[in-house]
Amino acid sequence: MLGEGIIKGMAETARNFLGSYVSAERLTTVQYPEERAPQIENARQFPFLVFDGQDPIQGLRCVGCQICEKECPPKCIYIVKSKDKRADYKGQLQLYPATFDIDLSVCMSCQICVEVCPFEAIKMDTAYELSTTDRFGGLLVNKTQLAKSNEHYRKIHPTDAAVSDTVLAAEVAKAQAKVKAEAETKAKAAAEAKAKVAASAGPQPAPALTV
Amino acid sequence: MSEFDQIFVTLKHWLLGQLANVVPGALLPVLSALLSIAAIIMVFATLFAIMTILERKGLGRIQNRFGPNRVGPFGFLQPAADGIKALIKEDLVPRAADKVVHLLAPVMLVVPALLVYAVLPIGRNMVAIDFDAGLLFFFAVGAASELAVFMAGWSSRNKYALLGAMRAVAQMVSYEIPLILSTVSVVMITGTLSPVKMVEAQVGQGGWLPAWFVFTPWGFAGFVLFMIAANAEANRSPFDLPEGESELVAGYFTEYSGFKFALFFLAEYLGLFAVSGLGITLFLGGWQAPFPALEFIPSWAWFFAKLLGLIVLFIWTRGTLPRLRVDQLMNFAWKFMLPLALINLLTAAVWHYMPPGSPRWLVCSGMVVGPYVLLGRGLLAGKHVAKRIYRYAE
Repeated sequence: MLGEGIIKGMAETARNFLGSYVSAERLTTVQYPEERAPQIENARQFPFLVFDGQDPIQGLRCVGCQICEKECPPKCIYIVKSKDKRADYKGQLQLYPATFDIDLSVCMSCQICVEVCPFEAIKMDTAYELSTTDRFGGLLVNKTQLAKSNEHYRKIHPTDAAVSDTVLAAEVAKAQAKVKAEAETKAKAAAEAKAKVAASAGPQPAPALTV
Repeated sequence: MSEFDQIFVTLKHWLLGQLANVVPGALLPVLSALLSIAAIIMVFATLFAIMTILERKGLGRIQNRFGPNRVGPFGFLQPAADGIKALIKEDLVPRAADKVVHLLAPVMLVVPALLVYAVLPIGRNMVAIDFDAGLLFFFAVGAASELAVFMAGWSSRNKYALLGAMRAVAQMVSYEIPLILSTVSVVMITGTLSPVKMVEAQVGQGGWLPAWFVFTPWGFAGFVLFMIAANAEANRSPFDLPEGESELVAGYFTEYSGFKFALFFLAEYLGLFAVSGLGITLFLGGWQAPFPALEFIPSWAWFFAKLLGLIVLFIWTRGTLPRLRVDQLMNFAWKFMLPLALINLLTAAVWHYMPPGSPRWLVCSGMVVGPYVLLGRGLLAGKHVAKRIYRYAE
C-alpha cells in the first residue's frame, strides 16, 4: 500500500536518531582538535631530510646530487651544491647541500623525490598540521627545518626504515670490504713486491753458499 | 490559569495605558498594532533561530553525526554565529542582474510571510487582527510569495535560478489547490472563515478525545493532506526541487549572498511556521489544551508546544525522504492529492448531515480509506517498485 515505505523509513531514521544517543559506536565522527584518528603506517604528507648522528646539519645523508630537484613534478625543491666536500656515512668524500628548500605550498606529496633518491636521504613525514600564519616565508621550509633524525624515521615508518637501514648497512659493508680488499691487495702486492725483491736478491747469496 | 494565560495581553494593555499618558489618543491604534508586530517578529524570528539549530542537530543525529556542537553549550549558540556571519558577508549582485528586482525579491518574500501571522490566534485573545475572512487573507497574502520567488529567479539572470523559480512556481501553484481544498472542509463544518471562530468550534471533548477536527475521519485526512501540501508550499524536502542543491546549486536564490540569502532562509521558515500554525488552528484545536485537566498550562504555551511538535515532524520527514522527481511531484499533486481533497469535501458533508454515532464514523472512515487505497494503487500502477539493480555500477 502507498505510504508503507514512508512509515518504514521514518522508523529507520527514528532508530538512528535515538540510537546515536544510546550507543557510542554509531557516531563515527572523530572530533578533530581534541581527538585524532590513528594514521596508517604508509601515511605521507611532506618530505624531510634524514640525518645520522647528533648534528642535524653535519649528519645529513644528502649529497646534493639534485636528482630529486630534477624529478620533482611541481618543481618545489631548490638545491644549491656546496663548494667543498666532506666525508659521508661510509667515509667517502661527498658534496653536501649548501641550500635545500622545499616549498610547502607547491609540494603535492607524491613521494617521487623519495623514490629517486639513491642515498636514502629524503623520506616522507607523517605530520599533517603544517599550517602557518606567514604565507610566504612560513611555507618555504629550509634545510634546518627539514632535517630530522633517523630515529624519527624509524618511529614513523618502522618497516621502511628497517629496509633503508639494511641497504645502508650493506653499502657500508661493501665499502669496508672494498677498503679491506684494497688493503689486502695492497698488502699482497707489497708482500709480492717484497718477495720479488727477496727473490731477486735471494739467488745472489745462494751461489755464494754453493760456492 | 487566567492570569498567566493572559499575561501578554495584560502586558500590552498596561503598556498602552502608560503610552496613553504620553502620546495623543489618535496614535494609540497604530502603537497597538506596532506592539503586536514587534512581538510577532521577535517571537517567530527567535523560533527560526531555534529551529535551525534543532534541525541541524536532528538531521545530524538521524545521519549518526553530532551536528553543530562547538558554539556555546552543545552548540546551541550556533544560530548567533550564523547570523553574524550572514551580516558581515559580502553582498554580491551579478553584473547582469536586474538590480532593483534582485533587491526587492527577498523583501517581497519576507513581507507576506510575516503578514499572515496577523490572523493566526496564538493564544486566548492573542490575535493581531480578529479578521472575519482571516483564512482568505492568509491564502491571498501567502500566494504573493510565489511572485517573490519568481522575481528572485528571473532577476538573477542565471539559468539555475530561473529553473529553480520555474519549478517553484509550478510546484506552489500545484500544491496550493490541495492545500486550500483541505481547509475548505473545516470552513464547511464551522461555517466561518475566521481562524478565531474555528478554534472556538473545537472547544470541549467529543467522548474521550478532545473535539479537535483531526480526530474525525475527514479532519484526519484533511490534516494529512494539509501537512503534505504545506511541506510542498514551504519547499522542504522531499519537495525541495526548487532548491535542489545537487542539481540547481540553490535554485532561485543561487545568486544571493549574505543577508539577502538569510532573508530567503528566514522567509522559508516563517512560511513554514505560519502554515503549521494554520494547521494547528484548523485541525489541532488551536491554542486549546487537549484535556480540561491540563488547562493550567497557558494557551500560548499549548500553541507553541503543538508548533514544536509539527516542526519535529517536518525535520523528521526531511531526514527520511529523498527528493522527488518533477513528474512524480506533479503526479502526486494532481492524481492523488487533488482527488483525495475533493472526496474529503464530500466526506465532510456526509459527516455534517449524518447523526452522531458509530455509523457516521464507519461511513466516513470508509470514504477516507477507500479512495486512499485505490488512488494509492493507481499512483503505483505500472510502476516496478523493487530494489534497483545496477548493471554497470558495483
